[in-house]
Amino acid sequence: MIQYLHDWFWTFVWKPLPEIPFGQWAESFIEWARLEWRSFFTGTSDFLEILHTGLTDGLLWLPSGLMVIIFAALAWLSKGWKLAALVGVGMFVAAWTPYWEETMETLAMVLVATLISTLLAIPLGILAAENRAASAAMRPILDFMQTLPAFVYLLPVVMLWGIGVTPGIFATIIFSMPPGVRLTELGIRQVDNEVIEAGQAFGASPSKILFGIKLPLALPTIVAGLNQVIMLALSMVVIAGMVGAGGLGGVIVTALGRVEIDAGVNAGLAVVVLAIFLDRVMRGLADRTPVARAARLAA
Amino acid sequence: MSALAVESLYKVFGRGAKQAVADLKAGVPREDLSKKVTAAVIDHNFEIPSGEIFVVMGLSGSGKSTLIRMLNNLIEPTAGNIWIDGVDLGGLSPKALRELRRDKVSMVFQHFALLPHRTVVENVAFGLEIKGLSRTERLDKAREAVEMVGLGGQEDKLPVQLSGGMKQRVGLARALAADTEILLMDEAFSALDPLIRQDMQDQLLDLQRQLNKTIVFITHDLNEAMKIGDRIAICDGRIVQLGTAEDILLRPENDYVSEFTAEVDRSRVLTAEAVMEPFTGDAGGLETVTADVLVSELYEPVLSSEQPLLVVDERSDPLGVVTPKTIIKSLATEDGEGEPREESAPA
Repeated sequence: MIQYLHDWFWTFVWKPLPEIPFGQWAESFIEWARLEWRSFFTGTSDFLEILHTGLTDGLLWLPSGLMVIIFAALAWLSKGWKLAALVGVGMFVAAWTPYWEETMETLAMVLVATLISTLLAIPLGILAAENRAASAAMRPILDFMQTLPAFVYLLPVVMLWGIGVTPGIFATIIFSMPPGVRLTELGIRQVDNEVIEAGQAFGASPSKILFGIKLPLALPTIVAGLNQVIMLALSMVVIAGMVGAGGLGGVIVTALGRVEIDAGVNAGLAVVVLAIFLDRVMRGLADRTPVARAARLAA
Repeated sequence: MSALAVESLYKVFGRGAKQAVADLKAGVPREDLSKKVTAAVIDHNFEIPSGEIFVVMGLSGSGKSTLIRMLNNLIEPTAGNIWIDGVDLGGLSPKALRELRRDKVSMVFQHFALLPHRTVVENVAFGLEIKGLSRTERLDKAREAVEMVGLGGQEDKLPVQLSGGMKQRVGLARALAADTEILLMDEAFSALDPLIRQDMQDQLLDLQRQLNKTIVFITHDLNEAMKIGDRIAICDGRIVQLGTAEDILLRPENDYVSEFTAEVDRSRVLTAEAVMEPFTGDAGGLETVTADVLVSELYEPVLSSEQPLLVVDERSDPLGVVTPKTIIKSLATEDGEGEPREESAPA
């Protein structure tokens, strides 16, 4: 009986249908775009590459020993001596591995991707907080960006921009941006309505209310969102390594291919050190926003 | 000209609000409106002369918060007009509206609505900052306002370091610093402890004697309303009764009002003139009190005197007498059945 139904569907539904065309459409679109918008792709690719190599060169300009001290000092400024000690030891270990150069390349990539993500995420989050329709339209897109496997959109990206840093940064931006948008929106929506009314009641303009009330009060949440953005960006390094973006991801991908436990562990350790450094420093900065500082006084 | 006037003002929330207003105007009772709408403010009409404290009193859901937010257009009316200093709010552009809020009307909020990351003096300077005053100028003025509300010495603290009463003083100072003629106070003292609340009421009355602002004060506490209000509007969607404290206490319009008045400390509202008995016979040798003395201040003199007290007006002409008996009678609100007494109005 079931077999009969199988046959029926095959004969009368699936067989008469033409082959599914979505893939072909996408392919021909990409072919077309590659020819028509060539200068756009080379332009963005060049821009990202210049940004990335510039930053990498900057981070590698000083000897690694000195950079370890600088990173520890940054940690001290953002939080205190305990974090400085932790970061100092961690970075020392990273510099001890043979992969300091790759570590800085990865850091540069994370920073470039985060910078672009943030520049996009905060305005989008503000828009979503101010406008319900925009918020409703963005939500499924953000879900899509976070759940779509990176390999799926990497394929067209690699076709359009070629192998290298660009597709890596591109994938990182797509994957890491959603929490930045979401937490910006949430932070602004959480601002006490009475405080906003106070702004209106004293005759403040909408922009003054945004920059003088909503954003400062939402800032701790927004910074928490940026922290998430950075962490997600860092988690994309391996995938970026697969499309030729280099850095620690490149080392890990190669090690995986050749089953080199030694190289894999060293590079993995460096990723962990970067993660601790970025995460804790961002948390330290979140605690330093004026609103968070005021809230601590109450405790 | 009145500082603030309101004419056939309506606010209905929900879909079909305009239709609901038309229904209400045609005499449909509030309960029979479509389920999709909430009629918060129904057919309000009043004028507030300059320098008056006008109290709007009602339970939650009576539309009083909606009403006060319409007076500076934080909420737009569904129908009706509001005039501030003769200017109709309905016809104003957003920019003109902002200017009016800067220069004419300021507001004090129930939960203070302070900026947590700004110090006391910076919070107080907020309205002046929006007016575009230079930093030194606005901080100077803000310090004056902080001093005025009795917070001298706390200028550089953050709101979290202050108690509730102090926070609301900051809110009040912020409104006073803006130097507007009209002050809207939305349940300004409702979130405070009873003792602090009384302090704040006294302070508001003190400040009002110096500053003579036009104040619209929202509260759900009739004791508070009667203490500070020159006139009181009791709201339940519609304005149920509008009058002085004495009017409302002695001549409640209906059961809704008399339910409130049963809770009121009558001795702090009624005056000697309101409770006195007709004066007969010889005034010679009686101790005197002026007509506007509160009943609560009569206990001591009436007990220490063997004779009735003579109530006199400003020119010392006798008006009537009070005895311990008249005072006790004036304080009794119920005749055994829980119904308000109809008499006891002064002749």
